[in-house]
Amino acid sequence: MQEFVNLTLGGVITGSVYAAFALALVLIWRSTRIVNFAQGAMAALTTFIAIALIDAGQSYWVGLVVALLSGLVIGAVVERVVIRPVEGGPELNAVIVTLGLFIAIQALISVLFGVNQRAFVPPFSNIGFRIGDTTLGSLSPNTVYTLIAVLLVMVALIALFRFTRLGLAMRASAFGQEVARLLGVRVGRMLTLGWALAAVVGSLAGMLIAAETAFVAPTFMDSLIVFGFVAAVLGGLDSPIGAVVGGLVLGVALSYVRGYLGDTLVGLAALVILVVVLLVRPGGLFSTTQTRRA
Amino acid sequence: MSDLQTPASASAAGAATSEAPTTATAASNASSAQATGGRSFLPRNTLLRHLLVLVLCAVGAVLLLESTDLGFNAQVGYVAFYAIAAGGLTLLTGLNGQISLGHGALMAVGGYTTALLLDVEEPLPLVVVFLIAVALTSVVGAIVGVAAARLHGPYLAGATLALAVGLPGLALHFDDLLGGEQGLTVSTPDRPDWFTEIIRTLSGNPASGVKWIAYISVACLLVTYFLLANLMRSRVGRTWRAVRDQEVAAELSGINLGAWRVVAFVVSAAAAGLAGAVLALVVRLTAPTAFTIVLSLSLLTAIVIGGLGSLLGALIGSALLVFLPRLLRDAGESLDMDAAQAAEISYVVYGVILVLVMLFAPAGLVGSVRLALMKQRARRAAGRARG
Amino acid sequence: MAETGAHGSTAASAAGVGLSKGGGTATAPAVLEVEGLSAAYGPVRALDGVTLRAESGRITAVLGANGAGKTTLLRTISGLVRPTAGRVVLNGEDVTRSPVEAMVTKGMSHVPEGRGVIAELTVDENLRVGSLFRGKVGQDEFDRVYDLFPRIAERRGQTAHTLSGGERQMLVIGRALLARPKVLLLDEPSLGLAPRIVAQIFALLRKLVDTEGLSVLLVEQNARSALSVADTGVVLNLGRVVVTDDAARLAGDEDLRHAYLGF
Repeated sequence: MQEFVNLTLGGVITGSVYAAFALALVLIWRSTRIVNFAQGAMAALTTFIAIALIDAGQSYWVGLVVALLSGLVIGAVVERVVIRPVEGGPELNAVIVTLGLFIAIQALISVLFGVNQRAFVPPFSNIGFRIGDTTLGSLSPNTVYTLIAVLLVMVALIALFRFTRLGLAMRASAFGQEVARLLGVRVGRMLTLGWALAAVVGSLAGMLIAAETAFVAPTFMDSLIVFGFVAAVLGGLDSPIGAVVGGLVLGVALSYVRGYLGDTLVGLAALVILVVVLLVRPGGLFSTTQTRRA
Repeated sequence: MSDLQTPASASAAGAATSEAPTTATAASNASSAQATGGRSFLPRNTLLRHLLVLVLCAVGAVLLLESTDLGFNAQVGYVAFYAIAAGGLTLLTGLNGQISLGHGALMAVGGYTTALLLDVEEPLPLVVVFLIAVALTSVVGAIVGVAAARLHGPYLAGATLALAVGLPGLALHFDDLLGGEQGLTVSTPDRPDWFTEIIRTLSGNPASGVKWIAYISVACLLVTYFLLANLMRSRVGRTWRAVRDQEVAAELSGINLGAWRVVAFVVSAAAAGLAGAVLALVVRLTAPTAFTIVLSLSLLTAIVIGGLGSLLGALIGSALLVFLPRLLRDAGESLDMDAAQAAEISYVVYGVILVLVMLFAPAGLVGSVRLALMKQRARRAAGRARG
Repeated sequence: MAETGAHGSTAASAAGVGLSKGGGTATAPAVLEVEGLSAAYGPVRALDGVTLRAESGRITAVLGANGAGKTTLLRTISGLVRPTAGRVVLNGEDVTRSPVEAMVTKGMSHVPEGRGVIAELTVDENLRVGSLFRGKVGQDEFDRVYDLFPRIAERRGQTAHTLSGGERQMLVIGRALLARPKVLLLDEPSLGLAPRIVAQIFALLRKLVDTEGLSVLLVEQNARSALSVADTGVVLNLGRVVVTDDAARLAGDEDLRHAYLGF
């Protein structure tokens, strides 16, 4: 029973990071119909930038801010320079471009920072809270911080999209590019901003995962891009709320797999979940009438 | 005045367009009568032509392997397994329009099968081992293909990416059988005496295990490309192209899109299985680290650089995969990087190339050259028509 | 046959402009002038030297069969399609090379074919997008639109994909009005709507033009309805202006109606 509680809690926490990462994928998909497969590598790069700063004596928080800011810049530059020309073109071309970025950025991390694993000191303790004589292994100051950070980001995004004129312009650009342009919205800028914001959220997810695992290699986001994608597809790929719920569901499900079947099968379990969802409910778990667009 | 010109120029345009379809249909109907058919010395029959090319390539390969040192022979083995897998992927992505990031994982199926089958007292003949590896990978490919046939673009990329990341977990989970993180060392079969004899009489070079495996690899490559080339030029290949370009039209004319996509996936999986088997022999080790997502992305790089849909392109791209890192490693080491870091430079280059090709020359190397040639030919034809 | 039609075009359009100028009503100043506009999709010529003007405080209807270039004309005027030749003058300012996003600030609202409702946003949000470029806009302006179209006022909180075709048309016209345009470009507003709704919308357009001095460039395949509400008609065929004339006179020209307008 205690293990079950622990696994569930742990799943919710890791799932919240998947949710953040999936949300970043959805932001981009909604506006440009592109799945950014390079998002994991981009987040890994910003995390390594933070590590370099922290190793140089700066605090975690300086590292975090710099990571998020560099995410913002990288996201904007990537959209402007390499994504813009393939937007609206054949979907395979856009996929290949993001894969090219994936492999290039990941290798760049190794070239810049070395191929070895680096220790990542979490901002708060990773030792679980004690209630009486039972230890809740998965609930620690650090994981509470993770939850709060993800929640903050989500509230901020909701506020941006629901209550600000900028958010409305971004949504209009995402859903009706041509109409938005005719109404005077600078769609190009909105798309760039969307990619930049997504990269910030992705960078945060990278920093949070790094704090949880305590060790990072240049490839440490490989599995997160898969889990984020699976979570996004669970939610329908078009829906931010779906992505969040999908992330949590996936996090808990994979936590059980990890706990009861073994760590090695987590990737396969994600694959199975993805394929089942794609074949049985291609519009996502919560789709009603609208199906996935062909 | 201006009104008089319009009909004239319109009829000229009409003549030009009415010409284009005829050549296009001629080329597609009689695939043997390729554009080159007229002046080429090659026979018009597809099978004969491909056989002739096969023999020429075989001779060329022998010359290459016998005039270079063992180090280079080993590199040729690497090129061969990349090229075999890339050839299969070319058929899938270039011809049928489906992307796969899971071919590295499919190669693992072929590689591990080979390693296991060779790791016994009395191993089966190598041909049989390879055939089993191919068959098993084809079965896995069929399962993946059934799921993949209903997906497209980013969904398919994501699903196969999940395959690439997830499947190596099996090797860790069944570590008793599959050797876990360390992987399996492959006991390569001894070279037969006749091989030693032939090499000695042919070139006077001493035969060695490396050379034997290089020959096996090249033989596999040639056979695969011969089969793939015939398949792509056949009715089957045209159907795949129709499935890619004219989804609706193909479906309306009674083509079962899903079934054809699955078949394409199985064929390309078979190639990946063989590639994995060859990899096992060449590298002498099958381990999870050999079949990462990076392998799949490298294959994609090879076919994109070469030009989607062209076997020659896949081969050139594969050669680049093997020889570019060597050049770059030297450059990196001269920049004071450690070897592992320097090796990563080539992946930066691959990624940048992928992006650049997509932005500036989506047809790839071979495709761009072909396009340029076609344009030139069209210009010349237009010039002749005018004159 | 086609050649004679093409031949007639330049002469007829020149004469047409002259006619409408000399017509019963006094000449109104042009809010939008299009001169020799040409556009192409690859090798296919869609517009071939189109010249027309939309007069201030009037409805100018552009008519013609499917593929005559009507939609392309509007898309070229608003900058969605880049012209290969010619120019567009809005209120005396040459806007031919202006970016699409800038048009609305210069006083041009283009309601595209298929209505251009952003289905994922609510009715209210759709309206607000239309006024984004103006900065803060008072609630009274939104209320005015809702007064004009009570049917969409009831549904302001719902996502726009729940609206009927007629409601969508009302929404986009209301949204365009929020931009306070000098000229409104409307692309096939009658498409797929019941005749009763079409009449209602056209009547409302007429009212807005007469009472508020709005100018409209209306593209329609439904020539009969369009001519009943418009002041001036421009007939397009194969990317060229065939004739420009007073709307009533066009509706009365039987030969022309049979040849180009299909009624």
